[in-house]
Amino acid sequence: MSLMTFGIQLLNAFQYAMVLFLVASGLTLVFGILGYINLAHGAFYMLGAYLAYWIVAKTGSFALAMIGGTAIAFVLGVILERTLVQRLYGRDHLMQVLLSFGLILVLDDARQILFGKDVHAVAPPSWLGGTIQLTDNLSYSVYRLAISAFCLAVAAAMFWVIARTRIGMMVRAGAENREMTRVLGIGFDRLNRYVFAAGIALAALGGIVIAPISTVFPGMGDGMLILSFVVVVLGGIGSVGGAALGALLVGITDTFGKVFFPSISSILVYLLMAAVLVWRPSGLLGRGEI
Amino acid sequence: MSFRAPSLAQTLFVVALFVALTLPLFASAYYLQFASKVLITGVLAMGLNLAVGQGGMVSLCHGAFFGVAGYILALATPGYDAAPLLATLPLAVLGSAGLAFLIGCFALRTRGVYFIMVTLAFGEMLFYLFHDSGIAGGSDGAFINARPDILIAGRQWLNLDKPLVFYCVMLALTAAVAGLLAMLVRSPFGHALAAVRDNERRARSLGFPIFRIRLSAFVISGGLAGLAGYFAAAQFGFVAPQMLSWHVSAAALVMVLIGGLRSVTGPLIGALVLTGLEEVLKAEFENWKLIEGLIVILLVIVLPGGLRQLGLLTTWAPRKEVAPASGAGRA
Amino acid sequence: MTRNRRPLLITRRSLLSGAASTAALAVASPFPTPALAQNAPLKVGLMLPYTGTYAKLGQFIDDGFRLYVEQKGGKLGGREIAFVQIDDESKPEAATDNMNRLVGREKVDVVIGTVHSGVAMAMVKVARDTNTLLIIPNAGANDATGAACAPNIFRTSFSNWQTTYPMGKVMADAGIKNVATITWKYTAGKEMIDAFAENFTSHGGKVLAELTVPFPEVEFQALLTQIATLKPDAVFSFFAGGGAVKFVKDYAAAGLNKSIPLYGAGFLTDGTLPAQGEAAEGIKTTLHYADDLDHPANVAFLKAFKAKTSNDGDIYGVQGYDSAALLDIGLAAVGGDATARDRMIAAMAAAKIDSPRGPLSFNKAHNPIQDIYLREVRNGRNARLSVAQAAVNDPARGCKLS
Repeated sequence: MSLMTFGIQLLNAFQYAMVLFLVASGLTLVFGILGYINLAHGAFYMLGAYLAYWIVAKTGSFALAMIGGTAIAFVLGVILERTLVQRLYGRDHLMQVLLSFGLILVLDDARQILFGKDVHAVAPPSWLGGTIQLTDNLSYSVYRLAISAFCLAVAAAMFWVIARTRIGMMVRAGAENREMTRVLGIGFDRLNRYVFAAGIALAALGGIVIAPISTVFPGMGDGMLILSFVVVVLGGIGSVGGAALGALLVGITDTFGKVFFPSISSILVYLLMAAVLVWRPSGLLGRGEI
Repeated sequence: MSFRAPSLAQTLFVVALFVALTLPLFASAYYLQFASKVLITGVLAMGLNLAVGQGGMVSLCHGAFFGVAGYILALATPGYDAAPLLATLPLAVLGSAGLAFLIGCFALRTRGVYFIMVTLAFGEMLFYLFHDSGIAGGSDGAFINARPDILIAGRQWLNLDKPLVFYCVMLALTAAVAGLLAMLVRSPFGHALAAVRDNERRARSLGFPIFRIRLSAFVISGGLAGLAGYFAAAQFGFVAPQMLSWHVSAAALVMVLIGGLRSVTGPLIGALVLTGLEEVLKAEFENWKLIEGLIVILLVIVLPGGLRQLGLLTTWAPRKEVAPASGAGRA
Repeated sequence: MTRNRRPLLITRRSLLSGAASTAALAVASPFPTPALAQNAPLKVGLMLPYTGTYAKLGQFIDDGFRLYVEQKGGKLGGREIAFVQIDDESKPEAATDNMNRLVGREKVDVVIGTVHSGVAMAMVKVARDTNTLLIIPNAGANDATGAACAPNIFRTSFSNWQTTYPMGKVMADAGIKNVATITWKYTAGKEMIDAFAENFTSHGGKVLAELTVPFPEVEFQALLTQIATLKPDAVFSFFAGGGAVKFVKDYAAAGLNKSIPLYGAGFLTDGTLPAQGEAAEGIKTTLHYADDLDHPANVAFLKAFKAKTSNDGDIYGVQGYDSAALLDIGLAAVGGDATARDRMIAAMAAAKIDSPRGPLSFNKAHNPIQDIYLREVRNGRNARLSVAQAAVNDPARGCKLS
């Protein structure tokens, strides 16, 4: 493999990892702060993609799809938390697994009723529609580069919020020691609600952002769900930095695996996870028992 | 047993037992097959409950144990002939149990949410293994052209092609599994398992070998799932990677929920309810998934104790209050 | 139901109602009876993907079938038709169950289905075991009319081999020396590529690399980069549905379509052109249909389909339509009596249908013998360039029917 090709594959891996990070970060936050296991995360990713398709079809504006879709997902997250999820804090994880399983079924059919069962394409915003020539016969879509940049920006924003703001401080406290934070009287209910909604919104944002370069189809949530789980387990629950690291590892393993070991490329990621777990049962940057 | 008139729950149980035993007399072949299917999923759910309800380990990879056993049968079936049941059944069950041992060694090093996710990931890894490689047909699945039978001295002693025979075999097996589990739960091992589930720290301080107890329960549970998977493959004559997906595990968990976590035979009722529900819903509604999802959500919120909470069920396992979740949360 | 005259405290009926829990749900459902009497409607079971990735295809097949029945006044062969619908969700693992439901519980007289080859093979197995008449309106698995062929199994669509074999010669004739292939790693993908490679290499071509993506993944970036590195003369691919949309778009976005022409099986550009847009222009494919075929049957079909569904008809609609036509011929030959199975099958096997796709007849394994067209995407439609190979007959490898 020439250096140029290697570089391009690395670029592919990085772009793939960035979207993975976006979705997985939401998952790790919900785990780490709320201690809530959300198997429906992939379903929200799918919902985001379908929302993007629908909003762009109705209004023609991708920016509106991004803002509107994320907002709708956030509100949905708040509603779900208030009505359902809230009742399950501190309850058996089994109940949470089952609740999210039920949610997946409901969301799947709701999506079918609202948006139909068809496969769709979404056009990227025209100002990002071009391509950049990389080699004599291969060009790279500008939109893909834009996605990577956007996800990096979101990651930076998240780090800043968590490290430097009051809300971030509460989030960190909650991740560190939930009981103590509650005892100290920090407004936990509202915090939980917004963190959950933010997690959902991040998943949906991932779906919105990826819609122009993927196809919007009914089964898209399942694959992303498992991969984000692997990323979270790799990086450590509750750690956004871990999610970033995990996403990079998964992206590189998957991309280069497809090229060098095509027949077993899909299971390489799990072997990676097993290897990391043997070395560090709580994940690379994890903090231990939840 | 007191001299009170039998409760509604007990009456229903006896009636259900009676129906199960006399079913061959009035049901068509299709419904016999349906009943067999219920029993197979019931065995899967009961096996899972050993790990989840008795052991407190929420596992999302039992689909893998279920499917692997089916694949072992598929791979062991020579072309268009029948495979020997007496040889392939133990092979399949041991295969699933062995797999459970391997996965358990990894997964049981973790706790709580990690455990759930690790089992999920390993289950999916096996799914992709069968899906993407050339083992038995890849994503399209493989056929089992003839059901396994017992052939001794040139005479066929067991022919599973007849729905009636299959049903009777499944009935006997289900009873055996239920009996085995009931015995296990009452045994010293069962008590130790419950102790580890309820208060790990104290159990450890009392000198229980936590890891070994959990692993043993996980392996037995996996083997039972394999037993179910073997017969599922035999009944449908077909194996596909989707048998290993986490959706299978999740559905089994719903059955466990319906039947009640602490009950040995509860998951069997759960299997009947869920399978029957799906059968009815699929026939009537196009959006049956929505309804099923809503029902599951409702169950979780309103009836976490399963149908027992409604006083609708009874069980032969030791009667116990469903402990509040705080202790059972740790896996 | 008979009255029980013996003075038992517990009658069979009270027992049943006593099992008030869901045991009753399963058992007490009505037991449908097969349509034995000639005056009773013929029960047709439609087992298709009404949800999932192939939902659109399933819907079009359904529409096509029903269109034909409507055109004949709701009757085939003079017999009223009643429909039973089952969603197979393109899931092979549930296929046996669903098929059993149709055959064992609903007791349909004939089954029409399906799109996904894995599901179809499970249906074939059950059909063989229960001797149910099965007409396959899409799934191209070679074995269905090959090693697993049976008198009661018909196909009105294609075999995977059939649709891509002609392209081998077409590309060799166009001066293409080496090719990279890319597809999903599953039976249909493998059969399509193998058939193409068989013909291409026999005409002196070379396959540089056979790239595969696990089904149904749609992340192609790494492999597109590899194609660019390999620099083949052309790329031959098979994808369908959502995957086809994404692949064609990704291929264009990577700029590969400027230097390495893309060829494919017709499914790459059938039913997907609106979503693919500009990216699909110029792609050449082979299929047993083209959008602008001008035989009267096609013109009439497209008009009627548009009137019924407000969608433009495509190959899937045609295949559904032809399934009904085939069944019509069979029923007409026996005066509507579906129990005269042997005569019905003989009539169907000898059928010659004036299909919207062109002349259609069947080989000994009951697979269509049909023309395969070479098409090019022009202005958002699959325009017919020429006949790539006429009267293509699948070799039915492994079939024991004579």
